[in-house]
Amino acid sequence: MNFASKQTAAQPSRPTCLPWPREVVDRAGWLAMVESLAKGERALLSLWGESSCVHMALLEQREPPLRIVTLECPDGAFPSVGRLHPPASRLERAIHDLYGLKPEGASDQRPWLDHGRWGVRQPCGARQEIDTTCDRYEFLRAEGEPLHQIPVGPVHAGIIEPGHFRFSANGETVVRLEERLGFAHKGIDQLMSGASIERAAQIAARVSGDSTVAYSLAFAQAIEAAFDVNVPPRAIYLRALMAELERLANHFGDIGGICNDAAFSLMQAHCNLVRERILREAASAFGHRLMMDRITPGGTLVDLKPESATALYAMTDWIALMTPRLIALFGDTTSLQDRTVGTGFVSEALVKQYACGGYVGRASGRAFDARKAIGYAPYPHLAFEVGASNEGDVDARVWVRFDEIRASLKIVRQILDETPEGPIIAAWALPDDWTREGAALVEGFRGDIFVWLRMRADGVVQRCHLRDPSWFQWPLLEAAIKDNIVADFPLCNKSFNCSYSGHDL
Amino acid sequence: MNFLFDFVAQGAQMLLVLALSPLIIGFTRKLKARLLRRKGPPIIQPWRDLIRLLRKEVVLAENASWLYRSAPYLIFAMTWVAASLVPTFATGLMFSWSADLIAIIALLGSARFFLALAGMDIGTSFGGIGSSREAMFGSLAEPATIMIVFTVSFVAGTTQLSEIAAYMAGNLELRASVGMALVALLIVAIAENGRVPVDNPATHLELTMVHEAMVLEYSGRYLALIELASALKLLLYISLIACVFFPVGLARHDAGLQAMAIGLGAYLMKLAIGGFLLALFETSTAKMRVFRVPDFLGAGLMLGLLATLLVFVTRSL
Repeated sequence: MNFASKQTAAQPSRPTCLPWPREVVDRAGWLAMVESLAKGERALLSLWGESSCVHMALLEQREPPLRIVTLECPDGAFPSVGRLHPPASRLERAIHDLYGLKPEGASDQRPWLDHGRWGVRQPCGARQEIDTTCDRYEFLRAEGEPLHQIPVGPVHAGIIEPGHFRFSANGETVVRLEERLGFAHKGIDQLMSGASIERAAQIAARVSGDSTVAYSLAFAQAIEAAFDVNVPPRAIYLRALMAELERLANHFGDIGGICNDAAFSLMQAHCNLVRERILREAASAFGHRLMMDRITPGGTLVDLKPESATALYAMTDWIALMTPRLIALFGDTTSLQDRTVGTGFVSEALVKQYACGGYVGRASGRAFDARKAIGYAPYPHLAFEVGASNEGDVDARVWVRFDEIRASLKIVRQILDETPEGPIIAAWALPDDWTREGAALVEGFRGDIFVWLRMRADGVVQRCHLRDPSWFQWPLLEAAIKDNIVADFPLCNKSFNCSYSGHDL
Repeated sequence: MNFLFDFVAQGAQMLLVLALSPLIIGFTRKLKARLLRRKGPPIIQPWRDLIRLLRKEVVLAENASWLYRSAPYLIFAMTWVAASLVPTFATGLMFSWSADLIAIIALLGSARFFLALAGMDIGTSFGGIGSSREAMFGSLAEPATIMIVFTVSFVAGTTQLSEIAAYMAGNLELRASVGMALVALLIVAIAENGRVPVDNPATHLELTMVHEAMVLEYSGRYLALIELASALKLLLYISLIACVFFPVGLARHDAGLQAMAIGLGAYLMKLAIGGFLLALFETSTAKMRVFRVPDFLGAGLMLGLLATLLVFVTRSL
């Protein structure tokens, strides 16, 4: 399938993106944006490519909160964003690997997702066939007499996702950590192009399994924005209910996992008990433990029965009872506190520069939450507090999770109280008029998930870009582990719990 | 006839420690699982694992030297001999006269030495990390152990472990120095056996491992031998603590079958209590930072030193 030819055929005119405008800028406009990013006047939400243009999503400090700019690059190159604004660097390298668009003047031009194993270069661009021999990859150097390297992964001793970590250590002290990701690449961008809405929704739900609800919701919201679909109120509430259940389950799993990495398995045993109950209630209420494929553009596929609502009430009561005990167990276990306090510090300046969302950002003083900042329905109608801390260490990331658990419990209660009756899916049909574009920013448990998509006139997805929050969290993990000891890495890593699958696409 | 009985008793002791050591591992695992509201594998699971490993093919790194291949046998043999020398159900068995407490400590020290060398032999980074951490812990644990040996030896007037145990059984009294030595020995035992909070035997995290990191490249029968040796070491330390500090029910070598049976029953009780306390302690604490371990072991060393001094002072007055 030749993506490039399809692309040009379907672009006779340029519709604007909904609900946030997309504007085409020239080189000077692009560079001005890059400079303002470097100055910190706006934050980078995402950077993605198409066959002959690059797009950049920006978070503004005024209305509208989100802005998308596009630069045409017919000669296959664009001025590098990462040159002045480092958070864009890996996104640019991924664009080059997939679309062959070259970031001019980028300081780091090594491949990122492409390890030379695909049998093809630039699979979304020129599609040049190559032999599948692994590329040589130059890790950044750390030199000095006492330094030694520790390669870890991509195959780990535990059952986790693949990723390679190269430590340069001075004895036990980490001097530099360099990540190498891309092992979980599965070509989501190519799969999305040309997919029908149903299939694209399924692919989106499988980008990162632990955030399947959030991804489905983000994809659905982008489609609904593009086609101006009015989602029934009941569906809006049910979606939020699923999203909060997913958040609760993941946060409990994470807290247990962090404590288990400090060999405190008691906490994990308790947390897994709570998580399991949430998953089972989700299975009986919505028919799937992780609630995969329950949300569809236009609404939801399953309704909440009254008896399930009663069961969910009972569950929130029980969790509300358990949470203070878990908090006490975590906070009063001094041996555990000794491990988490002060470990893996991330500064506020860094999280602001990287516009890092989720618990990583919130634990270091960046109180961004798409549920509040974008305020998609039904969250403006619900009362809840977003967790925040300025400590920036592993401990703070656990406490922020506890805050979010409390907030989510509150939200779930309100949703169960207030969910209106009515239909759960909107009747809508694809209009056969025009190519449409939509975007959405949804708060998953890890942070804000950004989706941008363009639909072709024949009702299939032309290009869908899904940006996982991990893109801006992975680089900060490298900063967090610096000057810590090697043995504390698993603890830091688990406190970030970045997605490999969502990042490698 | 007496000779034959002694010989059989000694043989029974050697086989007993071998048979029981994987079971004590299985027992603590089971207890830990129950404490965490899990069912846990059966107690004999470590034995099944060992048999499975013995049947499996050995995968060796290309650059593995003779040291790497011979280390498991050496480690196993040294640990087994050391474990057989510690009185379990009876004191004064046949071989107990061949080596004293210092020799037991030296055997364990040699086993550690070979394990650390084997960890570095292949040249993987994890083995190196494990060996360097083990060397750091060992350099503090061994002096502490020697101090404890001095304390109990001064109290009992001999370094012969059987004699010490017999003396302790015959002179049941509370001594501050012996109490300190007990606490110090508990600290050393936790560190030496790589238990929480010093090391986590159940971890899957390569970067936090100590003992497991050194043996990460071992497989098949080599791994089985090393696992069995580390199980023997745990049993040895529990037996050591039991026979020196809680010598209740210990039989004398010439006491006859009935006394030995009582001794065996008491020994099994002590093992169960030891395993239970270990499991309880392990579930209630998190692992400490690698650089916090020297403080922990330093406390053990200081207690050992204080205990020795106390014995000296009370003696001379």
